[in-house]
Amino acid sequence: MVKKILIMNDFLKISGLSARIDDNGTPKEILRGLDLVLPKGEVHAIMGPNGSGKSTLSYVLAGREDYEVTVGEVTLDGADLLAMEPDERAAAGVFLAFQTPVELPGVNNATFLRTAVNAVRRARGEEELDAVAFLKAVRAETKRLHMSDEMLKRNVNVGFSGGEKKRNEVLQMRMLQPRLAILDETDSGLDIDALRVVADGVNSLRGPDFSALIITHHQRLLDYISPDRVHVMAKGRIIHSGGPEVARQLEAQGYAKYLTAEAAA
Amino acid sequence: MPAVTETRETVESLGSTSYKWGFETEIEMEIAPKGLSEDTIRLISERKDEPGWMLDWRLKAFRAWQQMEEPDWQKPKFPRIDYQDAHYFAQPKKKPGPKSLDEVDPELLRTYEKLGIPLHEQALLAGVESPEGEEARMPVAVDAVFDSVSVVTTFRKTLAESGVIFCPISDAIREHPELVQRYLGSVVPAGDNFFAALNSAVFTDGSFVFVPKGVRCPMELSTYFRINARNTGQFERTLIICEDGASVSYLEGCTAPMRDENQLHAAVVELVAMEEASIKYSTVQNWYPGDENGRGGIYNFVTKRGACRGRNSKISWTQVETGSAITWKYPSCILAGEGSVGEFYSVAVTNNRQQADTGTKMIHLAPNTRSTIIAKTISAGQSDSTYRGLVRMMPRARDARNFTQCDSLLIGNHCGAHTVPYIESRNMTARVEHEATTSKISEDQLFYCRSRGLSEEDAVGLIVNGFCKDVLKELPMEFAVEAQKLLQISLEGSVG
Repeated sequence: MVKKILIMNDFLKISGLSARIDDNGTPKEILRGLDLVLPKGEVHAIMGPNGSGKSTLSYVLAGREDYEVTVGEVTLDGADLLAMEPDERAAAGVFLAFQTPVELPGVNNATFLRTAVNAVRRARGEEELDAVAFLKAVRAETKRLHMSDEMLKRNVNVGFSGGEKKRNEVLQMRMLQPRLAILDETDSGLDIDALRVVADGVNSLRGPDFSALIITHHQRLLDYISPDRVHVMAKGRIIHSGGPEVARQLEAQGYAKYLTAEAAA
Repeated sequence: MPAVTETRETVESLGSTSYKWGFETEIEMEIAPKGLSEDTIRLISERKDEPGWMLDWRLKAFRAWQQMEEPDWQKPKFPRIDYQDAHYFAQPKKKPGPKSLDEVDPELLRTYEKLGIPLHEQALLAGVESPEGEEARMPVAVDAVFDSVSVVTTFRKTLAESGVIFCPISDAIREHPELVQRYLGSVVPAGDNFFAALNSAVFTDGSFVFVPKGVRCPMELSTYFRINARNTGQFERTLIICEDGASVSYLEGCTAPMRDENQLHAAVVELVAMEEASIKYSTVQNWYPGDENGRGGIYNFVTKRGACRGRNSKISWTQVETGSAITWKYPSCILAGEGSVGEFYSVAVTNNRQQADTGTKMIHLAPNTRSTIIAKTISAGQSDSTYRGLVRMMPRARDARNFTQCDSLLIGNHCGAHTVPYIESRNMTARVEHEATTSKISEDQLFYCRSRGLSEEDAVGLIVNGFCKDVLKELPMEFAVEAQKLLQISLEGSVG
């Protein structure tokens, strides 16, 4: 009974996670025994210098095959996340907003979105959306995100500006209704208006059944999406965790303090 | 990268099991003894009840063929074919050309049912016409060719009312000799090349279409080819003629049982378009491709050529080639009429050990002629695919234009793609453009799709269909969906 309650609270639980990537024949360790707990309904930020392994963490959570998990565990609502295929993770409610969204030439954006939404709905045992219901749902979202309908007719991310790509990611996120959203530097390259729109896209999803990991370099996004906790990441591990104030300290003082403390330890 | 090993293993484990059309039909056949001689040709001609001029034409082609060498300039190599070790005539014993469902051998009907020809089409195949006032859902007339013999042709009567002739070519030889004599061999002469000469000598059936002056053919025409008998070659002959201002859209589909030995399919297709006429010829080729080790499969060595004879005439080839052990063909256009237009849209998919050497020839003879070539090549497994194309601008082809685009998509690290464009321009005012790209389905694209909930197969299907979109949109709408599914099935398991 006690255990069950624990699992409920630890919606996403990462324990001792190490992962490496093949770097031209030599394995390169990127995550080195990372621990993190994200309770249900909370939004956490992960900040850290370049090369600390933030993006790797997001890829490993979403199931990218290039990364080999050498040791450690990840559970999502008690289920072994690492044992799932990427599409199974999507069905289980994981969504990764890519730092660099991928172009799919010749693939219509609306078709892609509808295929994805229905694949996920099918896997979740929900009824698929027909063309009319889908269009209605997607129009409501594009309006919210200040996107033109014309973007639905274009090929996925092909010829999109940086800002358009990021909005498109948020659109996908909203349509797929994840339980765990991972936003990998979604704020980079956004002007202030776009930043507000993206933040609203996330904030309006907040609730008891929505958790998020926001990976960012800057305090800026966190002004709009206030996190429940902030984790500092360096050299493949979480080296410090605290409340929203950590982000403001980082913005003022940089990572030096944590990095020297880590080196001394 | 571990994905490569996995890809190879998956592809190997998959093998030919994904070919869903590989069954055999038990049916009583009349089969000529093995071997090819003048006697064989006389037998074919006699069985088909042909007039003397047809036999003479065949014999002339046969004598020409005997003087010819099997070509070997193509990229796919194959063991020498023993032309004496095959049957050249096989037909279901039941008399061809039944008028009602009862007269079609039920085994044949079951075959077409199993082939998954959509239900509405089956109803048509069975020759059952819709009740008065109730429109058939998809008005497509079908000629079903089983081992080179036409077994059913639907809607012949309806088509005849608008003056369109759609029948097995063996019927046309007897019933419309003046048309056949005038056009047969006029685009692809009997001695044109080794395989065309062989076809001219021994062809047993195929489709004949004649659309008279000013008539737009009221429905899609389609021929469904099925190879069934063992050790037989398949040699069909298709002849389509559109008189001034006439137009037609025609589609061919094909499948064959799985067998360990290779079977030769050497067809000839001739198209003739007169002034302002338009012919759209679409192919969904799905012959048995052989197993994962390259054993068995059809040798698809076909000569297809269209002549734009009249002013502003147009011939458009669209092909989706997913089957056959070796595909070797170049559907071509001879642009002889001023302002005539030739088009070639192609998707060629090879997987496992399949090989393809395909493309087109656009021969610009007249002023202001235009041609467009869009060729998409997808290679997976250990397959190899070549686009080979010729664009020739002759001295009279003033202001002629060509645009060519060749794109290759590679899946995995063991396949090959090649582009061999030949361009000859003998007119200073002619303009020829050629664009080519080669790309791989990237891990990034696959992961992106999968992270959005798409299965691997759906992800590959989506990316490949996106890659082929420019070609698929040229197919008649009813068949575009089928072609998309076929692409996906052909590539099943090609990504690890």
